[in-house]
Parts: sequence; structure tokens; C-alpha cells
Amino acid sequence: MADDTTNQGIPEPEGHSDIIDTDYEIGQDNIETRIGPFGMDIHNPVFLISGLSIVAFVFYALALPEQASAIFGWLRPWLTSTFDWFFLGAANIFVLFCLFLIVSPWGRVRLGGAEATPDYTYVGWFAMLFAAGMGIGLMFFGVLEPVYHMAISEPLGVASPFAEDGSIIAANVAAAKTMGLAATIYHWGLHPWAIYAVVALALALFSFNKGLPLTIRSAFYPILGERVWGWWGHLIDTLAVFATLFGLATSLGFGAQQANAGLTHVFGLPMGISTQVVLITVITAIALVSVLRGLDGGVKVLSEINMGLAALLLLFVLIAGPTLLILTDFLSGLGAYAKELIPLSNPIGRSDTGYAHGWTTFYWAWWISWSPFVGMFIARVSRGRTVREFIICVLIIPSLVCVLWMAVFGGVAIDQVLSSPETSAVKAQVIDSYNPPLSLFAMLEGLPLAKITSVIAIVLVIVFFVTSSDSGSLVIDTITAGGKVDAPVPQRVFWCVFEGAVAIVLLIGGGLGSLQAMVISTGLPFTVVLLVMCWAIWRGLMAERR
Amino acid sequence: MFSKIMAPVDLAHLDKLRRAIDCAADLAGHYGADLVYVGVTAETPGALGHNPAEYAARLEAFAADQAEAHGIIASAHAMAAHDPTTDLDDALFRAIDDIGADLVVMQSHVPNLTDYIWPSNGGKLAAHAKVSVMVVRG
Repeated sequence: MADDTTNQGIPEPEGHSDIIDTDYEIGQDNIETRIGPFGMDIHNPVFLISGLSIVAFVFYALALPEQASAIFGWLRPWLTSTFDWFFLGAANIFVLFCLFLIVSPWGRVRLGGAEATPDYTYVGWFAMLFAAGMGIGLMFFGVLEPVYHMAISEPLGVASPFAEDGSIIAANVAAAKTMGLAATIYHWGLHPWAIYAVVALALALFSFNKGLPLTIRSAFYPILGERVWGWWGHLIDTLAVFATLFGLATSLGFGAQQANAGLTHVFGLPMGISTQVVLITVITAIALVSVLRGLDGGVKVLSEINMGLAALLLLFVLIAGPTLLILTDFLSGLGAYAKELIPLSNPIGRSDTGYAHGWTTFYWAWWISWSPFVGMFIARVSRGRTVREFIICVLIIPSLVCVLWMAVFGGVAIDQVLSSPETSAVKAQVIDSYNPPLSLFAMLEGLPLAKITSVIAIVLVIVFFVTSSDSGSLVIDTITAGGKVDAPVPQRVFWCVFEGAVAIVLLIGGGLGSLQAMVISTGLPFTVVLLVMCWAIWRGLMAERR
Repeated sequence: MFSKIMAPVDLAHLDKLRRAIDCAADLAGHYGADLVYVGVTAETPGALGHNPAEYAARLEAFAADQAEAHGIIASAHAMAAHDPTTDLDDALFRAIDDIGADLVVMQSHVPNLTDYIWPSNGGKLAAHAKVSVMVVRG
């Protein structure tokens, strides 16, 4: 079993080593000390600067909330609408680059060297990919997006099937339904996974094959050379820590609100900050246990449990819902995605700005700002795979799973809305009013055993937040320890608790919205980082023996 | 009494393991046992090597130095773990079986309050290993 590659003896090294020759010694900038009984091994500038600037920004958001809200509330939409062509164009480049690598001869290069064997089975590997990168999103947007794009956002100018008075225009139904699915799959298919794949491949290549530390800066070695160990590198790594921690903390804060909404709707629990603080505390506590148990004993186990539960929920909805219709939706959704992919990814001259700016560029900026975290985590667990295998399994297969997920959840929801619009809870929560957290529960209400499936859905949402939090803590710990994955355990505990604390402070003091807008704004500089990574991957692969 | 002694070592902190390392070498000499140094490394580049193979070479060199210095038969058994800090205990248990050790000599700190929450590696090994374990404090 591939999982048995942990704690194995090490085989004799064979053949040529492609290690980059640099004088930098991993850990040379680190401070190793003890605080009481707890050991510390931290990268001197990155740990301190990230920590201090995070605290400074939290204070700023709390002390000047109107100003922070005004600045970042303006900045984020300005960036996504002004640079929409840049985000869309860059994401297209990432997809094309990844597809090219699959068919190119460089697909044979193996991460970790020619003799490396995969660290994990496919099951464990997939579970961790999804749980770190996309699980929460699928839960929240699986019902909301297909319905919204079908009825309201009019991607590529498709006409809504609903007239002003709420009646259904039969002639518009087929096209709207197809576009609703295609426009959703576009956001959860090749493009976001290509974003993650580029970062993960760059980091894995430069770490496992070239011997550079597992930090974001290492992918810049071909461009910056030895300067990457100085302030340029400190800046890159600090920005990555920043984006990761605030991305996680604001996700946690909003997620707690959304989970609260679900709990209130299903169980009548009180809706308020104290419930949400309790939720964040519970999520952080479970994440803490997970990071203490480590990658295999904690993160992987939780990810696999969650994927199992998600598969169960998917199967239930598939069987309890209009099964034949859903399976047809899967095929037609795939076909529609293929047909509309190019028009939807067109970066210029778009008239459907509500969809293209409000959804697509927002998503791309959001995923690109998350990519240092998710990419590094995927890199860490992907040793032993060939580049071809890696891209197929990080790009193609998750995209297919997302298509299936959207076809099942979105397809059932669309069917509920169109077949009985007067009584559809989904229509009430998505079209007539806009309550995103309730959309999934509204869909489940239309199927049998709603109370049970709603509980499973809430558990899934909470555990997906946990798996983001625990893997994020490991990533931040690695970056702030200068690329070391074996820093003392109290450090990862610190980051895990710090994330939760920042989320609680922002929730209570206000500031979630403005700091989330700030994180998404980091999507712009990181887009440049990712383009550089494409070039660095290219250079790196060319230098590898195949 | 003992024919194969296992000595877990952390090559990054050899100065803190002096007592256990010397003790293991002395016992190996006394009983005429083979001494096997066990180290656990991450698969990502670290201060001790760009990859597990380089770490293994470093551990071999350490074992060779110790063999010469103490006049004993010493070898190395390097292991790679996905998450060394948390996988260390399991790795050491596995090493005991892989090597066929009948005595483990390892360093541990003097017990303090945190040991009630986080048992030390030495403590856990002593409690659960099927072979003799000598925990060297100090």
C-alpha cells in the first residue's frame, strides 16, 4: 500500500542528482529556542513579520472599521473589474499549460526523483486534495450557483426562464438550464484546479527534485537566484502567510455565520455571535486535535471520513432525487461545459459583467489568493507521482467529480424550481430572496429524510472547515519555519489557535468583510506569482532527466 | 544479554544526546552487541539533507565515526516519515521490528508538567515497546 511509505527505510540513492547548487542551508535564518517547556524553530524575519503584520491589520480593522471597510470594499471590486482580462487570461494560460504538460514528454518526470514511490493511495490523496481546497465551496455553492446562473445572473446573455411576474417562459427553459450548469461547472472545473496544480507542481518540483526548501519563494530561484533567500523571498513568503491566515480566518468567520444559519433553519438554534463563537471554537478544537495527530493520523483521516460522508450524501440525493434526470444532466452538463468553455473563458469584450465580474473574476482572485496554501499542501502530499499522473489527478479527475456534484445537487435543485416553482424552497431562498447558506437545506427539504440529510450536511460543512484549518496550519507552520516540516509541535498549535482567535476577534469586532476583501485583493500580485511559476516549472522540467 | 542495540538519534541536536549516545556505545562494547543508529527524516529538504537519501548518507557517516571512535560494530537505519514530529513514535516502534533490536537506548528530558499532556517519546517507548528500553535522563 502506498500509505506504507511512511516510516520506511530509505533505499540506496541511484543515479544523477538534480539538486540546485546553492550555498543556502535550510534553517540558517531560523531561531531555535525554548519558551518554558516548549521548543521553537522559527524563520527569523518571516515568522516575526507575518505575526506582527497580522496583528497590526486586525487592530486596524477593529479600530477603524468604516475606513477599512471603505478602502477594501472599494479595492476588491475595483481590482476584479479593472483587471478582469488579466485574471481570466491568466487562468486560461494555467489550464493550457497543464493540459500541455500532460501530453508533453516532460510528463514522465517523477516528483521526488526517478526512484520515488507515491506517499499515499489514490483514495487518501484525493480525499486530502478535496478537503483542503474545495470541500466547503461544493457544499455551499452546489445548489446555489446552478439555480442562480439559470435564473438570474444571465451568463453570456442567456435569457432567464422566469418572467417578471414569476411565471415560467417555456421556450427559455432548456437553454437556461444548460447554461446554469455549464456556467457553474466552469467555476469548479478545469480552471480552479489548474490554479492549484500550477502552484503545487512548482513547489513539489523545486522541493522534492531540486532540493530547495518547501516555501513559496523557492519557485522563484530560476529568476531571482540567490537573492531569493533575502528580502525578496521574505516578502513573497510573508505575503503567502498573510493571505493564507486571513483567508482561513475570514472563511472561518463567514463559515460560522453560515453554519449558524443552517442550524437555525433546521433546529431552531439561536442565530447570533455567541453561537458562532462556539462554532469557531469547536472547529478550532477539532482542528487542533488533527494537527497534533499529524498529517497521516489527523488530516488524512478526517479528509477520508469527510469524503466518505460526502459520497454518501451524493449517492442519497442521486437515488432519492430524479435519478435518470440527474444522470442525463451529468452528460448534458459535461457537453454544455465543453461547448461553452471557450465563450465563458473569453477575457475581453464581455457584456455579461454581472456574471463575469461578480462571479468569475471574484472566484479566480479568491482561488489564486488561496493557491499558496492549497498548492503547498498538495505539493507536500504528492511526492512520488509523475508530472503526467499528477496533473491528471489534480486537474482532470477532480473536475469530473465537481461536474458530477453540480449535476446531482444543482440538477435536483433546478428540477425542483422548474417543476413546482410555487412550493419550491430553493426558489424561495435563491430567486425570490437571496439566502445562500440556506440553499442546500432548501434542496434537501424537497427530498425524503430531510432532517437526517441536513444533519449530515451540517457535519460535512463543519468538518470541511476543520480540514481547511488543519492543513492551513501545517502550511503556515512550514513557511514560517523556513521550509522545515519538523518544527516543534507547539508552533503548529500556535498557528491553529491563532487562526481561530483572529476569526473570533473579527467576528465580534466587525471586519470580516473588509479583511476578506483584502485577501482577495492579494489575488492580483499572486496572479503574477503564478505566471512566474509556470515559467519556473518549464525551466525546472527542462533540466530534469526523464 | 543483548545482541542488537538500537539508538535513536536526532542528528540536528547531537549535543543534547551525548549521554545516551555514549551510554549506547558503552553497552554495545560491553555486551559485544551490534549498535544501530536510527534516525527519522522528512521527505522534504531540510538542514540535514536535500532528500532522504542524503540524510541516510549522513547517518551512515555518523555511524562509521562512532564505530571507529568506540571500537564497536555500528550501522545506520534511516527512515523517512510523512510528518516526522508526530510520526516519530510509530517510526521507532517499526524500527525495533525492522532491525530486530532487543534493547533501545534513548535520551529523554527530566519529566515535567507537559509530560502529562504530551508524553515524551522515551516515555511512550518504555511503556509500550516489547523489548527492553533504557531511558537516559539529563
